[in-house]
Amino acid sequence: MGHLLVLSVDLVGSLRTDEFVQQTLNGLTLGAVYALIALGYSMVYGVLKLLNFAHGDVYMVGAFIGFGMMQWLGFRGTDGVWAPVISTWFVLFVVFVVAMVGTAGLGVAIERFAYRPLRNAPRIAPLISALGVSFFIAYSMQLMFGAQQRDYNVFGIDNGRLFLTGWELPGTDVRVPLVRILIIVSALALMVALWFLVTKTRTGKAMRATSFDREAAAMMGIDIDRVIVFTFVLGSALAGAAGVMFSLRAPASVTMGFLAGLKGFTAAVIGGIGSIPGAMGGGLILGLAEAYTQGYVSSKWSDMFVFVLLIGFMLFRPQGLFGKADIRKV
Amino acid sequence: MTDEPTRPEEPVGGETGPKVGRDEWVARHEGNAQRRGGLLGVVEARLALVPWWGWLALLAAVVVLLPVGSDSGYVRRVAFDTLLYMLLALGLNVVVGWGGLFDLGYVAFYGIGAYAYAMLSSNHFDIHLPSLVTIPLIVVLGAVIGLLVGLPSRRLSGDYLAIVTLFFFQLFITVSTNGDDIGGHNVTGGSNGIGGVDASIDPLSFFGWELPQLTSGGVFNLAYLYVALVVFVVVFVALRLVNQSRTGRAWRSLREDPLAAEMMGMPVNWLKLMAFSFGAAVAALTGTIFASLNAGVFPQTFQFPLLITIYAMVILGGAGNMAGVVLGAIIVNVLLEVLREPGDARYIFYIVVAAGLLAVLKLSRRLAIVVAGTLVLGFLVRFLAEQLSDRATAGSPNGEGWLADAIERWVFIPSSLGAWGPVSYITLVCILLALTLVDGWRRLALLVPTLYLAAFVWENVMLSKPEPTRYILLGAILVTLMVARPEGLLGEKRVEIV
Repeated sequence: MGHLLVLSVDLVGSLRTDEFVQQTLNGLTLGAVYALIALGYSMVYGVLKLLNFAHGDVYMVGAFIGFGMMQWLGFRGTDGVWAPVISTWFVLFVVFVVAMVGTAGLGVAIERFAYRPLRNAPRIAPLISALGVSFFIAYSMQLMFGAQQRDYNVFGIDNGRLFLTGWELPGTDVRVPLVRILIIVSALALMVALWFLVTKTRTGKAMRATSFDREAAAMMGIDIDRVIVFTFVLGSALAGAAGVMFSLRAPASVTMGFLAGLKGFTAAVIGGIGSIPGAMGGGLILGLAEAYTQGYVSSKWSDMFVFVLLIGFMLFRPQGLFGKADIRKV
Repeated sequence: MTDEPTRPEEPVGGETGPKVGRDEWVARHEGNAQRRGGLLGVVEARLALVPWWGWLALLAAVVVLLPVGSDSGYVRRVAFDTLLYMLLALGLNVVVGWGGLFDLGYVAFYGIGAYAYAMLSSNHFDIHLPSLVTIPLIVVLGAVIGLLVGLPSRRLSGDYLAIVTLFFFQLFITVSTNGDDIGGHNVTGGSNGIGGVDASIDPLSFFGWELPQLTSGGVFNLAYLYVALVVFVVVFVALRLVNQSRTGRAWRSLREDPLAAEMMGMPVNWLKLMAFSFGAAVAALTGTIFASLNAGVFPQTFQFPLLITIYAMVILGGAGNMAGVVLGAIIVNVLLEVLREPGDARYIFYIVVAAGLLAVLKLSRRLAIVVAGTLVLGFLVRFLAEQLSDRATAGSPNGEGWLADAIERWVFIPSSLGAWGPVSYITLVCILLALTLVDGWRRLALLVPTLYLAAFVWENVMLSKPEPTRYILLGAILVTLMVARPEGLLGEKRVEIV
């Protein structure tokens, strides 16, 4: 306790605007990634009522596909010089697209082979299957690519322009690197696109109907299997994009999926599981909370803080911030 | 409530009568349909007559006589580890098999037991409680922490419990790896753990008898094997009694239909919490034995792979069946040990593949076609590879043995695979998945290249990396079993009564 007291004194002492803005920026970037993961979790939970433990590993695979593409398109020759085929922006675009397509395929395969046969099994069966899939993917990646970390060679890309230059926030000394703007803007764009897809299109309507009541939706002539596959495509693609975004800033490793999945799930619970705006809001809250804890309290114990947050929400507001209270039908 | 009608004892493996929670006619019909004919059926029927304590006695006899049969320290060590895994599987079986709860923090309780022993009986805090005090204390501690973790997950429905326990596990990992500086105090020893010279952990001692961890010859002390055996027998019998008590029946009815159980006036939440803390107590008890023998606890032991290993044991043996999970623990642990050594792992792989083929295709003409086709394809491909490039056959197989020599003439082993390693592995996974989608002659035709590709990947990619291979296999076992045979080897098939 005495330790915590000292820390809180530190907190007051160091609460300067610049640092605060810097941490907020960290939190927003982190939160954008969490929000994208949480969306996949939340959507799958919405239509299948299943915790997709393999979601974090899909995210990890996204980061690895991105890494491979980056290397293939960006580096020419053996001297490891960044010389992309056309331009850095084009390469980044292709990297995002390929990673999203690849993870979407992976998500569909997981659904088809590990979850669909268990759709009418007891609740615990698909959960165990999901755990198995998660392990299978993580260790398959380790078997193929080794356990070492993959750095996106961040400072080499485009002579570091992406990471060093940026936009100076008015009134502060804080410079926002291009890569952060890229992450936040593209995450926002993806979320807006998803929002549009879910609320304005026929397929989105079918998705909402399925997550509201699967049986009733089936009776109304909605092809449930198609909707579920579509949900996995969307969720996994978002996770793949999140994987690329995250590893633009920090090295990727085969074990990164586990904790990310956990955080994504927490974000989904905070926002209200099954709710799309909830997942976005929950992700941002979690990202900010983690950044402030890491910046002002302790980086070692930030996971503990996330845990306390989760328990708090489960105890006092299990439906989350945006969710509706669950009425148990008998 | 006090005078329960006496219920006939459940047969261990037999299908002789209707079971609780199953439709009587369905059960009988299924029993008839499943009874095998021929010699195998006779053996099966005879084995079903052996009572449960017969099997337990057999197991105990094997462990007791183990030192007579082999004086290898390695074999003893593996036997000891297997006993610990059997205990862990029994504990998880209470939670998953009987309670039907998805507990992802199980390993944390094991770790808590081990750490608690290391703190209460070592130089770390200079506390040296006698084993007879520490062990009951830790069991109670495990049960209480189990209760506390279970409490906040409202209604303990599958998903919330899973995520709370998962976080609890993550928390345990965080505390055990970073716990060398909590407010300036060294509590858990951080990543160095507790143990070693400066914080030597006491050996177990009962009534003044001390059991040193190593014998004078520096080999692992047999006494620990026997202690583990005694604990296992006690836990097994105790859990069996619990299972047959009112609580045990309540658990099973709860697992089958929580709503109906609640309607019958069962305290559903309390029952779930009890199952949860029973499992936690068994795990903590196992942790104390682990810590006392190893004379050290390290955070690296209590990580996720251990959790998946225990789950694979319980699911493979058959969740809910005590004999099953014990069998599962033995099979999985022995399998994992064998996989460490490439030479031995190779035998296991080809035996399993052959047994699988035999089980699916039976002794038929199709089997002959597939085997012959695979062999011919193999020699052909290897011949072509040799003609194309010298490097294609320049590698040598991992491990040794006559099988390695034979395989080298059949599977081509390049000096280095490069990007072809991942490509062949991904192709294999895709083909295996595709195999489940087709049937008839297409499946048969696809089976031939699949088998050869499997052998190729096994020899070239997987054998050289035992660590990921083990966990890939465990993950695959979990998924395959859940999809194809959720009742495991000995478990009971659930019948949905609509």
